[in-house]
Amino acid sequence: MTVEANERAISLDAGGKASMRPMLEWLARRAEPVAIGLAAILAGLAVFSLFIVAIGKSPIALFQMMYAGGFGSWFSIQNSLSRAAPLLLTALCVALPARLGLVIIGGEGALVLGGVAAAAAPALTGILPPYPTLALMALASMIAGGLWIGAVGFLRHYRGVNETISSLLLTYIAIALMNQLVEGPLRDPTSLNKPSTLPLPMDYMIGNIPGMDVHWGLVAGVAACLVSWILIEATSYGFAARMAGGNVRAAQIQGLPVGRLIVGFTAIAGSFAGLAGMFEVAAVQGSANGTLVAGYGYTGILVAFLARHNPLAIIPIAFLLGGLEASGGLIQRRMGLPDATVLALQGTLFLAILLCETFYGRFKIFNPDRWKRSL
Amino acid sequence: MDDTAIGLWGVPLAILAGAIRVSTPFIFVSLGEAITERSGRINLGLEGTLVFGAMTAYAIAVKTGSPWLGVIAAMAAGCVFGLIHGFICKFPRVNDIAIGIAMMQFGLGFAFFLGKPFIQPAAPKLPAIPLGGWSSFPQVQAALNINVLFFIGLALALFLFWAFRNTRPGLILRVVGDSTDAARAMGINPDRVRLVATALGGALAAVGGAYLSLYYPGSWNEGISSGQGLMAVALVIFARWNPINCFLAALLFGGAGALGPALQSVGVTQGYYLFYAAPYVLTLAILIATSSPKRALSGAPGELSLTK
Repeated sequence: MTVEANERAISLDAGGKASMRPMLEWLARRAEPVAIGLAAILAGLAVFSLFIVAIGKSPIALFQMMYAGGFGSWFSIQNSLSRAAPLLLTALCVALPARLGLVIIGGEGALVLGGVAAAAAPALTGILPPYPTLALMALASMIAGGLWIGAVGFLRHYRGVNETISSLLLTYIAIALMNQLVEGPLRDPTSLNKPSTLPLPMDYMIGNIPGMDVHWGLVAGVAACLVSWILIEATSYGFAARMAGGNVRAAQIQGLPVGRLIVGFTAIAGSFAGLAGMFEVAAVQGSANGTLVAGYGYTGILVAFLARHNPLAIIPIAFLLGGLEASGGLIQRRMGLPDATVLALQGTLFLAILLCETFYGRFKIFNPDRWKRSL
Repeated sequence: MDDTAIGLWGVPLAILAGAIRVSTPFIFVSLGEAITERSGRINLGLEGTLVFGAMTAYAIAVKTGSPWLGVIAAMAAGCVFGLIHGFICKFPRVNDIAIGIAMMQFGLGFAFFLGKPFIQPAAPKLPAIPLGGWSSFPQVQAALNINVLFFIGLALALFLFWAFRNTRPGLILRVVGDSTDAARAMGINPDRVRLVATALGGALAAVGGAYLSLYYPGSWNEGISSGQGLMAVALVIFARWNPINCFLAALLFGGAGALGPALQSVGVTQGYYLFYAAPYVLTLAILIATSSPKRALSGAPGELSLTK
């Protein structure tokens, strides 16, 4: 629809109004990821519908249920927003290093360790008033996550260790560390069935955004996305990072400190994922325990790839996927489908979106460089 | 003290037995990945293939009563997963590492989805060969009760080592892996070779999964794999793409994985979870020790994006 309108506008433009061209070029470049992304999502949904039909269920009922469970009411929207909060932060853990050309999938580990560090911080400092305690917890979680993913960047640049594999290995190590600490030195002796750290006192817990049943982690996540966008698009560090992501050799010849950029960006990325763990502890769980391993880190990978590693695009997509995850319970109860339905759909969408990468630059309409010069 | 007590000797014995038991999935996944990587492509999605293979094998074994039919079904499923990966990676601008991550989520999602009804029923197990009849210690007998798939894996490692060097398909695979241009000049279609190599890799990884669900631990649930599929990728780098080294490295990883349970069996429970992390720490340490930012890894296929 908009594509046709664009085309008509261009042909009209050939008639003489040359001043339209810069605007059209801008529009065409922006329209490409949106159009291809939407087409990929539709294709993924279509393939998944075939699968649902094959097992004898109605895909229309499924999608209605997903809409109802994720976005159908104010209650479900709030639920989706609560789930989007950690996704915003774990998606940044993938997106920021991706701008430097690194594929890091260890956000889950940074989140888990961030949560443990946040839970341990008050025990180490003793009794402080709520706000300093929370600030300290946030700082501890960010340091833990930042060191964890920063180490991945360090090993990548200075030792040549593949960052995808090392980050996932570190996730398993982080979960083992968490189990060890929560079962051992940090264990609350009264937590019998589910070993946990000492619970945070109720009046220390992070509350909700006024007028909503959504905790402040959402605001922190959106703010982190905005800060990341400014960092990438509007600072010399971001410019250098994008340049190194495009061509490391060229960036090094230009004298850019590629090593420091990689370690810095991965550390910032990890600190965001760690912060997500702090909000899980201080706003949701009240203590650190095995429920921190909820898969937010893995869903964050999908969010980042769907957003093509653009921090601004992460905001709506985290909301969409938060809604998808929120609808899982409803799908399970009402349709008798397994809880893994959401995971299977996510995998299908992920493949569709990556496959559609191949269509970038193939359509003349989105590529002003290939338009007729006479325009 | 009675005859069956072997005291602290139980620790090395349990590690040896564990190494053999735990290593089998590593052997199959790493041999599969070695074939794929030798063709110049990396499939990080073998974790998903492994879990889907475990589910398929278990489901078919429950339905038909034959564990071997389960293994064959798993191979077919793994083959399909490899074909999907190989097909998508054929297109320009598509990153094989990212596709691997997507295939991982895809495989896990569909394995959990389709495998939900099979968590309860019990499947027949794969047979083991008792080689410990000479010993009167039940621990030794148990340790030497070795699954058939372990020996198949050993034979496969030897065969692949020979085949990579001495057969026409082996040479074609290596040419494609070392230089796409050279392969094209020889009239070989690199995409087709990589498609076949990824499909074979997927089929072998699924056998590893079948071992998990049909022998050890011998049940199907959503926590069946703990990153074996991914560790195998690192293991192939450590083994320098050599099938015999893959086999030996798999034994080493299996031993590391058996460390925690072995110590626990003699009463060492301190730091149980840390010992549980031993295989991951070992993998990471080996990656750090064997990687280098300055030179390409020796023996690495030239077209492999992992080491470029």
